[in-house]
Amino acid sequence: MKPTDEKNPEYFHKVVDCQYACPAHTPVPEYIRLVAAGKYTEAYMINWESNVFPGILGRTCDRPCEPACRRGRIEEEPVAICRLKRVAADNKHDVRSLMPRVPFEKNGKRIALIGGGPASLTVARDLAPLGYEIHLYDEQDAGGGMMRTQIPSFRLPLEVLNEEVDYVLDMGIHTQFKTYVSSLQEILDKNYDVVFVGTGAPRGRDLVIPGRKEGAVNIHIGVDWLTSVAFEHTNKIGKKVIVLGGGNTAMDCCRTSRRLGGEEVKVVVRSPFKEMKASPWEKEDALHEDILIMDNHVPKKFVIENGRLIGMTFDKVHPVINEKGKRELVPTGEPEVFIEADDVLVAIGLENSFPWIEKETGIEFDNWGMPVVDAVTFQSSNPKVFFGGDAAFGPKNVITAVAHGHQAAISINLYCEEKTLTERPAPFTNLVSQKMGIHEWSYDSDVVNDLRFAVPHADKKASLSDRKMEVELGFDIQTAIKEAHRCLNCDVQTVFEKDKCIECDACMDICPTACITFTMNGDEEDLRTRLKAPSLNLSQDLYISGTLPTSRVMVKDEDVCLHCGLCAERCPTSAWDMQQFLYKVTKAC
Amino acid sequence: MTYIRSKFRHPGLPKNELGYTTQEYEGAISTLCAGCGHDSISGSIIQACYELSIAPHRIAKLSGIGCSSKTPTYFLGNSHGFNSVHGRMPSVATGANMANRDLVYMGVSGDGDTASIGMGQFVHVIRRNLNMVYIVMNNGCYGLTKGQDSATADEGSKSKKGVANPFQPIDLAGLALELGATFVAQSFSGDKEQLIPLIKAAIDHPGFAFINVISPCVTFNNNPGSTKSYDYVREHMEATGTTDFVPEKREITTSYEKGSGTDIQMHDGTYIRLEKLAATRDPFDRLGAINALQNSRNHNEILTGLLYVEPKTSDLHEIIQTSDRPLNSLRQDELCPGTLALADINQDYR
Ligand SMILES: Cc1cc2nc3c(=O)[nH]c(=O)nc-3n(C[C@H](O)[C@H](O)[C@H](O)COP(=O)(O)OP(=O)(O)OC[C@H]3O[C@@H](n4cnc5c(N)ncnc54)[C@H](O)[C@@H]3O)c2cc1C
Ligand SMILES: Cc1ncc(C[n+]2csc(CCOP(=O)(O)OP(=O)(O)O)c2C)c(N)n1
Ligand code: SF4
Ligand code: SF4
Ligand code: SF4
Ligand SMILES: [Mg+2]
Repeated sequence: MKPTDEKNPEYFHKVVDCQYACPAHTPVPEYIRLVAAGKYTEAYMINWESNVFPGILGRTCDRPCEPACRRGRIEEEPVAICRLKRVAADNKHDVRSLMPRVPFEKNGKRIALIGGGPASLTVARDLAPLGYEIHLYDEQDAGGGMMRTQIPSFRLPLEVLNEEVDYVLDMGIHTQFKTYVSSLQEILDKNYDVVFVGTGAPRGRDLVIPGRKEGAVNIHIGVDWLTSVAFEHTNKIGKKVIVLGGGNTAMDCCRTSRRLGGEEVKVVVRSPFKEMKASPWEKEDALHEDILIMDNHVPKKFVIENGRLIGMTFDKVHPVINEKGKRELVPTGEPEVFIEADDVLVAIGLENSFPWIEKETGIEFDNWGMPVVDAVTFQSSNPKVFFGGDAAFGPKNVITAVAHGHQAAISINLYCEEKTLTERPAPFTNLVSQKMGIHEWSYDSDVVNDLRFAVPHADKKASLSDRKMEVELGFDIQTAIKEAHRCLNCDVQTVFEKDKCIECDACMDICPTACITFTMNGDEEDLRTRLKAPSLNLSQDLYISGTLPTSRVMVKDEDVCLHCGLCAERCPTSAWDMQQFLYKVTKAC
Repeated sequence: MTYIRSKFRHPGLPKNELGYTTQEYEGAISTLCAGCGHDSISGSIIQACYELSIAPHRIAKLSGIGCSSKTPTYFLGNSHGFNSVHGRMPSVATGANMANRDLVYMGVSGDGDTASIGMGQFVHVIRRNLNMVYIVMNNGCYGLTKGQDSATADEGSKSKKGVANPFQPIDLAGLALELGATFVAQSFSGDKEQLIPLIKAAIDHPGFAFINVISPCVTFNNNPGSTKSYDYVREHMEATGTTDFVPEKREITTSYEKGSGTDIQMHDGTYIRLEKLAATRDPFDRLGAINALQNSRNHNEILTGLLYVEPKTSDLHEIIQTSDRPLNSLRQDELCPGTLALADINQDYR
């Protein structure tokens, strides 16, 4: 293999597993260290710069970082990255003064944002400080998009949502709420320099089976129902509730039902339990609230008696692997199952829908009805119109919408400055030695053995009787600090300088997790078979030095490095050094 | 020094026949200087014992005084250990071995501990062919007492202060051959590929197995002009051949070019395989080994590898015909036949 090119910022970035996995590339270990040091405001701002909604995300993020976290490869569970973000948000001091100021003098460019969800708000946050005049349109009464209409208050209190939405809207954004945009052309006609579409994936899929029409009064589309609960148009539901679907919407529907009078709430889902789309922790929370999850049931019909819905029938299926190796749901042949219900919530998926975008606007759609959008620049086939969030590539999550927003803002800024959109700014990086003394580092290099700490929950009875009461209480400071210490500081890189190495093997001998091997070079496949410990995780890179005097090379498998610094401490010549790598995605502002 | 080494290990570490990973063979975190050759030898001992699947409680580690003699703390933390007086490791090993012949005795010493203060004990333990492994971590100086020249420092070799050593060195491997040691090897701390199989073979050897391991002292004797520095040893190392230890008790069927290798069958049916053995070298030829050693010294080369082995040999227990059962498991009435038996014996002399 060729020696590793440390100048390529993506090499060390990839070693920081959590940051690499985060769509917005939040510098996770940096803020975790700040939390451990009690510097909540600073920790908050690191987050805010990357993801705009630390308080919201610290409660609701889909947390793609956690399955990626190195700690999960070393012991049982990853660091509670997401909940530590919440600790920063809950304990911060004034942050407004640390946010960029919006210039009084505008730059003369006007931008329209359609939809007020996280994608649009991120564009606003990045462009307002540059002097853009921003107009935001949303059909709802307030900003936040689905964070407001869909995510229930028991997971995300209104104050937290309002605070972070307001940080953005207070940057002089011209908001036009309760304004449904029924024609893109009309907006374009207002001579905006750029239009950004952040309208999400607003339509809940319906289930058209016998009885649907007759039972309509008691059959609700999950997302619409959640919106109506959020805006307090709906405040009760029947005692017996069936929720159809196995995703996160289904989980929010069933848990909300429990709070609006649902006593026997059943989630009925086609697929097996472990294949359900909902996050494992959401399923756990639902089960904890006495919600029954019935898997392998396919809905057959709504049963109506005397003009009223009384329940549903289902066919039982089981998963079978067919000849093509694909898993199929095959009827078990058992008699159909009848489940009683006063109300049914249909939560079987979200769809994009753009009835308001006219052909003449020049926006092309693909065969699936999705706009044709560039995955890097977020520009559509009308150069003036950009897309982001769920509207661009279908339903994802808040942090993805934010990441899109940042990139779209860069494009919009480049576009307005008449620059090439594909010439993206390079990330900001910095690599600094952490050496303080022979055996002293400026980061906490020792590795604690604690297993993941659980976040305490509010009393079940109390929280089920109050839809707005937050279930998760967040870590107390003591626990937060302990949890923060579980982080392995993956951004503190082991940097190897070949010319200093005397090949004494000290690093190889001391490394607790057998990461380092000195051996003859070879191609990657071959090298991986010759390392000190099995090297099976191909998604993790090998760090390779140039050829050493004995004609061997140093090979470090990054997979389970603890970033404990012992290799550098045992190195007599400082050929190894621990250097903190900061990687920041460059934003428009 | 960070005195904490995480307890986390690579989750995919392979297990040996006993179901142990190398972790069960580790010791406390080393307090030697960073980069000390001795730590590498500790690493090789850990690996060798792990690969041989020896239950840690079947091993006794013995040492004298010196940085080298401190190392048993840093390996085999689940084994027995005795850190004795300077140069007196062999007599403690002899006592222990006499009392319990069932353990593996792993003696660790330094060049000072062996070639100076311990010389008398060293030569006698060789003479007696005590069944043990005797590793000298040879750095040409007294590391622990700040790097004075030791008796193995080569004539002309420069100390850290630039002073050349005026005396002839003692060649420990040569001495061991001379005194009739039944297993003599030489190696380098920085060459685990060679050292690990040598340690395995030494453990398997039924008599006294001596390995002289050049092990640079990074702090006091790794300077230019020293003949025990990493650079010097690497440049002047000459291997007798590649050694491999084949613990399986079966015929070796793997093919390698005829004439390029020799298999040495050990007492218990295991093999030491010497590949690419220099054409002129015969591992059963003591005189040849002495010559080869002298020759390479004349050429300023350090001859490494297995120099000599006498696979079927009688150790001290066989020579003095002790009981098969370890002494420590004999009851007092078995050990002491009583006054009547004594009276009988005395009667014979009347
Ligand atoms: C029940 C549910 C729970 C969820 N929970 C989580 C969670 O816990 N964590 C997570 O990360 N993600 C969650 N999501 C997903 C997440 O909410 C979305 O991925 C995210 O909000 C998408 O952001 P966006 O900016 O693309 O658009 P949205 O947040 O969808 O915002 C779009 C806005 O545009 C408005 N709009 C649409 N069309 C028009 C129009 N023509 N004119 C004017 N306004 C319009 C809509 O009313 C809406 O306010 C959940 C989704 C659902 C349905
Ligand atoms: C009886 C006695 N005499 C002298 C000493 C002082 N002393 C301690 S270590 C040592 C030399 C050790 O040299 P070596 O065996 O080569 O070990 P190294 O530290 O080089 O590994 C000496 C002379 C002692 N501890 N005990
Ligand atoms: S251990 Fe810390 S830095 Fe490493 S992946 Fe997990 S959270 Fe990120
Ligand atoms: S920091 Fe060094 S010693 Fe520690 S686990 Fe990583 S490679 Fe091994
Ligand atoms: S003084 Fe020399 S022999 Fe002793 S620990 Fe340091 S490097 Fe090793
Ligand atoms: Mg010494």
